[in-house]
Amino acid sequence: MSLRWKNLLPRYLVLIVFMLIVLLPIWGMIASAFKTGTEVATSPFSLPENWTLQNFRQAWTVGKFNVFFKNSVIVTTAVVVGSVFLSTLSGYAFGQLPTPGKRLLFGIMLLGYMVPFEAVIIPLYNWMNALGLRNTYWALILPQVGLSVSFGTLWMSSFFENAPRELVDAATIDGCSRWQTLWLILCPLAKPASTTLIVLIFMWTWNEFLLALVMVQTESMRTLPVGLAFFQGKYTSNLPLMAAGAIIVALPTVLIYMIFQRFFIRGMLGGAIKG
Amino acid sequence: MNTVNRAYPGESKWKGWFYLLPAFLVYLLFIFIPIIETFRASFFDWNGFTEARTFIGLENYINLFSDPLFMKAISNNLVFIIFYSIIPVLIGLLLSVLLTAQPIAGFSFFRTVLFLPQVISMVVVGVIWRWMFNPVSGPINQFLSLVSLDHWRQAWLGSFEYALPAVGSIGSWVQYGFCMVLFLAGMQRIPTEYYEAASLDGASSFRKFIHITLPGLRSEMGVAMITTMIAALRVFDLVYATTRGGPGETTLVTGFLIYRAAILNNRIGYGAAIATVLSIIILALAFLIRRFMREENGDQ
Repeated sequence: MSLRWKNLLPRYLVLIVFMLIVLLPIWGMIASAFKTGTEVATSPFSLPENWTLQNFRQAWTVGKFNVFFKNSVIVTTAVVVGSVFLSTLSGYAFGQLPTPGKRLLFGIMLLGYMVPFEAVIIPLYNWMNALGLRNTYWALILPQVGLSVSFGTLWMSSFFENAPRELVDAATIDGCSRWQTLWLILCPLAKPASTTLIVLIFMWTWNEFLLALVMVQTESMRTLPVGLAFFQGKYTSNLPLMAAGAIIVALPTVLIYMIFQRFFIRGMLGGAIKG
Repeated sequence: MNTVNRAYPGESKWKGWFYLLPAFLVYLLFIFIPIIETFRASFFDWNGFTEARTFIGLENYINLFSDPLFMKAISNNLVFIIFYSIIPVLIGLLLSVLLTAQPIAGFSFFRTVLFLPQVISMVVVGVIWRWMFNPVSGPINQFLSLVSLDHWRQAWLGSFEYALPAVGSIGSWVQYGFCMVLFLAGMQRIPTEYYEAASLDGASSFRKFIHITLPGLRSEMGVAMITTMIAALRVFDLVYATTRGGPGETTLVTGFLIYRAAILNNRIGYGAAIATVLSIIILALAFLIRRFMREENGDQ
């Protein structure tokens, strides 16, 4: 017993220190969001003495986070639905169908997965400007779908490639068309792969910053991260208010992460490795 | 892509194109053609408004490498590699070893928490750390006063000397959990018999780490290094949300310079040249990752 603890204690200590380094700043933000201005300055990490939702109310209405939230939900939903649907189709073409020329196409898609958004933002900015599409949802949705399908296609094609061939052949013999085989036979099997894809694209789109910063000028079209960045410039000294805004931005991704943790981690490691 | 997919009798082999086309078209229009266009624009002098584009060949690139701002930005990105890549890989190694040396209670709790910064918007991370580093009310300075190190107090993000390491250390904060989780996944693949055999031979934990764990994690270390290096090279959101490149140019990074040149100052060609250089560096690194992974697959 004592020997075991002698071994374990230092390990726990180091782990707890690094865990606190991650948690304390986040906890400080959460606690601050429920405090009043005067309480924040004195004890940053204590529990709020008088819990208040006033900061959230103010951020939501005066800070227009209700508008930013709506924009983020619209853009993210469209991107997730669009990219996952398109990636399923294209992944199927790569993984299951003959599709002449797919090696070349695969290479072209891979390029998009690897380059940073900085590589495309300048022409996109000029074109959207010329087409009068800046300050519309389209300017945020379409490039993000383009980027997401490059990862999504690679991700789904590696699933479809490894899908059991016998099952597909059996379905065909039973008279399933390729289209039916995809949706009736393979999609139920693809659930883990597509769940991972959904949560990753959700997170990337929800947190996307550069595109939304460049494409949107009017306040009413900002997404949450851009809204928060401007909000920060305006209310630097009002920590509780900013903390409330920050929590509104972070909560959805953190919740999804907590629920789908397994898929998240697998996808992000897989994504890194696929790179 | 190694299996051959055959068309069924009577089926057109081009059918796949119908499935492929929608995704490919969106990708082509909004990502691939813009990549080519960025590359092309880097050979022109253009303000983005007039019709007139002047072809100037490599002049943007030549100017680039004699521009002290670009050099400053690139060297800042290199400093960020220390904070985004090297420090997190070391911490990640330490933590993953501590978590796996013996079964430990709370394993999945530690893993969940340490990975958390990865899923939070970088703007939120910026808000959190601007508060942590606040010169007056920030917890870091408060803590320093508490332990009687008042003379260490700094206006961290506003200081010419400390702004860059301060922003960099936020990067370490974001990345070390990611590295740890990557290594944990790698360690699961190392056969336990290796450790058992080493124990029988009387090897110390340290020797086991050097001779079994480290070699076993080779490809994960490669992946972790390169992924985080790419993150260090493309950093934008965090700098925007904390210092906007300041004070002066002390935390200026390449991503921010592209934004400033092309979007704020309408120097399209110049911005495009910077973007091209950055993309080429990142692509080279990304290909390296793939090589690491291929070696890995060759081993198995």
